[in-house]
Amino acid sequence: MSAGGLAGALDLVTRVRGVRGAMLVSAADGIVVADQLMEGIKGTAVAALAGSLAGRLGRAMSAAGVGDTLFWHLQCSGGALLVVPAASGILVVAVAEPEVNVGLARLELMRAAQAVG
Amino acid sequence: MTTRAVEAWTLQPLQRFVGEAGARLVLLMTPAGQVMAQHGFSRALDVMSAAALGTAIMASTAEIARQMRQPPFAALTHQGERHGIFLAGLPTNHGAIVALVVYDLDASSLGLVQLFFEQLATELQAASPKAGVPKQVLAADFERELSNSLNTLFGR
Repeated sequence: MSAGGLAGALDLVTRVRGVRGAMLVSAADGIVVADQLMEGIKGTAVAALAGSLAGRLGRAMSAAGVGDTLFWHLQCSGGALLVVPAASGILVVAVAEPEVNVGLARLELMRAAQAVG
Repeated sequence: MTTRAVEAWTLQPLQRFVGEAGARLVLLMTPAGQVMAQHGFSRALDVMSAAALGTAIMASTAEIARQMRQPPFAALTHQGERHGIFLAGLPTNHGAIVALVVYDLDASSLGLVQLFFEQLATELQAASPKAGVPKQVLAADFERELSNSLNTLFGR
């Protein structure tokens, strides 16, 4: 996929009201592949920690026998982290405000994950 | 796994880095290959080999960058099947340090190592004493100093 295609996939997510930034992260490496983030969000740190968390959650899901991770949503006092893994080993990550429409954001994250492949 | 340091000011930042990044092996050394601290190595021979190879790689890549008229590479990474290797230099008041980090891909990632390496670099810079007048290394002292360093690094 071209750089323009990656940016297009992120556009789907950042258009949702309340989303402060979106990133494509290599799940295995925890490295940013592409991002569109508002100022003040530490993209490399979010990518590294989300990648690590994805690996551990994946193992927990596998141990629990509930299949592959499709979507995770971490709600915090000041916002939320929403993640959808794509088939190619890329994580589509959104950093959002507390009042974001999670359902809509999830839908766009899944569309972005499909676009990334 | 033990963490030991010849230069005491490197110990705390190194211990924190190992804990945060989930590194399996770490070696901090001068660009000449003199070991300052290590984590996870159990044999002196491994430390000596890793230090020699790590600093040789840094010297080679610095020369490649020079030939390309580029500033030296910030870091070098290699990903194997089960382990990753991260090699990078960092400046301190005590002179440049080369860090060699080996991590399990199951337990850590390049992103985590890079993230906490930035913190390690900042902490080492802050903890490092100002460099004094460089001591001339005499061949006669070299082996004694090497033995002393290895004894410290392996708690003998």
